[in-house]
Amino acid sequence: MSDRIPADSVGVVTPQQQIFDEPVKLLCGRTLPRIELMYETYGRLNAARSNAVLICHALSGHHHAAGLHAADDRPGWWDSAIGPGKPIDTNLFYVVSLNNLGGCHGSTGPRSINPETGRAFGPDFPMVTVRDWVATQAMLADALGIDRWAAVIGGSLGGMQAMQWSIDYPQRVAHAVLIAAASRLSAQNIAFNEIARQAIVSDPDFDGGRYLDAAHNPARGLMVARMIGHVTYLSDDGLRDKFGREIKSGDLATASDVQFQVESYLHHQGRSFSQYFDANTYLLMTRALDQFDPARDFGDDLVAALRTAQSDFLVIAFTSDWRFSPSRSKEIVDALIAARRNVVSAVVDTPHGHDAFLLPVPRYFKILRSYMLHVAARTAVHG
Amino acid sequence: MRPDIAIIADLVTPGARVLDLGCGDGELLAHLKRTKGVNGYGLEIDAEMITSCINVGVNVIEQDLDQGLANFPTDSFDLVVMTDTLQSVKRPDVMLDEMLRIGRECIVTFPNFAHWRCRLYLAARGKMPIAKHLPHRWYDTPNIHLCTFADFEALCAEKRLTVIERFVVDSEFANRPIVSRFPNLMGTTAFYHLGRPR
Repeated sequence: MSDRIPADSVGVVTPQQQIFDEPVKLLCGRTLPRIELMYETYGRLNAARSNAVLICHALSGHHHAAGLHAADDRPGWWDSAIGPGKPIDTNLFYVVSLNNLGGCHGSTGPRSINPETGRAFGPDFPMVTVRDWVATQAMLADALGIDRWAAVIGGSLGGMQAMQWSIDYPQRVAHAVLIAAASRLSAQNIAFNEIARQAIVSDPDFDGGRYLDAAHNPARGLMVARMIGHVTYLSDDGLRDKFGREIKSGDLATASDVQFQVESYLHHQGRSFSQYFDANTYLLMTRALDQFDPARDFGDDLVAALRTAQSDFLVIAFTSDWRFSPSRSKEIVDALIAARRNVVSAVVDTPHGHDAFLLPVPRYFKILRSYMLHVAARTAVHG
Repeated sequence: MRPDIAIIADLVTPGARVLDLGCGDGELLAHLKRTKGVNGYGLEIDAEMITSCINVGVNVIEQDLDQGLANFPTDSFDLVVMTDTLQSVKRPDVMLDEMLRIGRECIVTFPNFAHWRCRLYLAARGKMPIAKHLPHRWYDTPNIHLCTFADFEALCAEKRLTVIERFVVDSEFANRPIVSRFPNLMGTTAFYHLGRPR
């Protein structure tokens, strides 16, 4: 076992479950009688409880952000960033990563049993919003004895949660790190999400969301949804560098059974996603993404929204990201400056598109590490 | 400490909201934050410099000055500072207008091309001057709009800018009597504290 664990890995981790045996009222007005949240932690909480960092996951993420599970060789989804000596240094920080409410990796979600009916919630799972996620993350923080996060960090939809944290719990966030995020989705973004949702709901196996009852899965719909999403997370240049017009099989000269490498790649991505991700969760997560708009509660004034925040901010964008482009990050930065918040912003040159937030791009990681060392110094992370 | 920082700090009101255009490693803003309690932001495009700013806890925004400053609202800052950078932007005149739109006042510093060493260098060798305050060669210099103190005076007059304070120093950043007497001949760096047009 130990021979496959690199020195800068957090090692083998065991997911934990926090049960809240109390009704949780959601923004939509509905109440869940009890909830469970799956989470992992890396590093040690110091005596002052001042070194805790929360990782918020994006659309398809989950609690397993770093290290390895005992029975699985795949490291967590952000293993490159979290570990001893890594940008989010577990020698300094106590890192908490959870699966959000409504997820499909162990936290209460559409796959959970509805106690009122005795069968899976499925499409009846209540609508959750970014504000609900933040509120339930705060419940987890309470349970773990964390009054104030040294930093709340997230990329994409995760960055939106970090922003919402700074607005909803100003006293509980010292630093918010927003990577490849936006203060709300554009019409184009919502359009892509809707195409993905339509791919799922129009799959005959979707059964109006009741597919679990019939023990099948709208795999084709999920696969197409993921393929659409995945293309928007990459850039034109990135795809050209990776695949060009390379042929996987067939013959262009005779135009027979031609399959390009990029097709094969997308099929693989879509297929593997469809095998583990829950369709109802996908619908729910993309809806939460579409509806996120913290300025709406402040008369559509993002500056007013961010004026309630007390934290410092790091905002990182990527040049080739056209899903959440640098200009979207710039809107956040301009609003933060107007709101007189401390902010550092960087635009990292990379061909990797939106997906860059998950990759160890050298300049990106250098900035993140420098900033987190600054966070450690500011929040006196010792012992 | 960089020698111009103490000089600039003397011109800054405590607690002011300061925007530093081309803030470099953040030393000026860090000093102003420490000694004057300013709410400061710096713009920079050099990756190494941005990292340095993060290390000293300065608010640094990655933004290219030549792409414009339209994202900064009118009157959003008390003071806009630009040290040793005006001569490197595409349109120094437009930049001055923008600085005094965003802030009520601005401070600019720039090197003097009419210093006697430059004049002598050009006259004697017939080549673009290289001096302590102008160390680059003509083909690799970031200074694409070099000017003299007299040129800048003329621009301020043309724009009817309020000159709150101005002075000139030599290469040791000292303001010797001879420098004050013959600034355009003896001075290497100018400090202008400007207000909006009269």
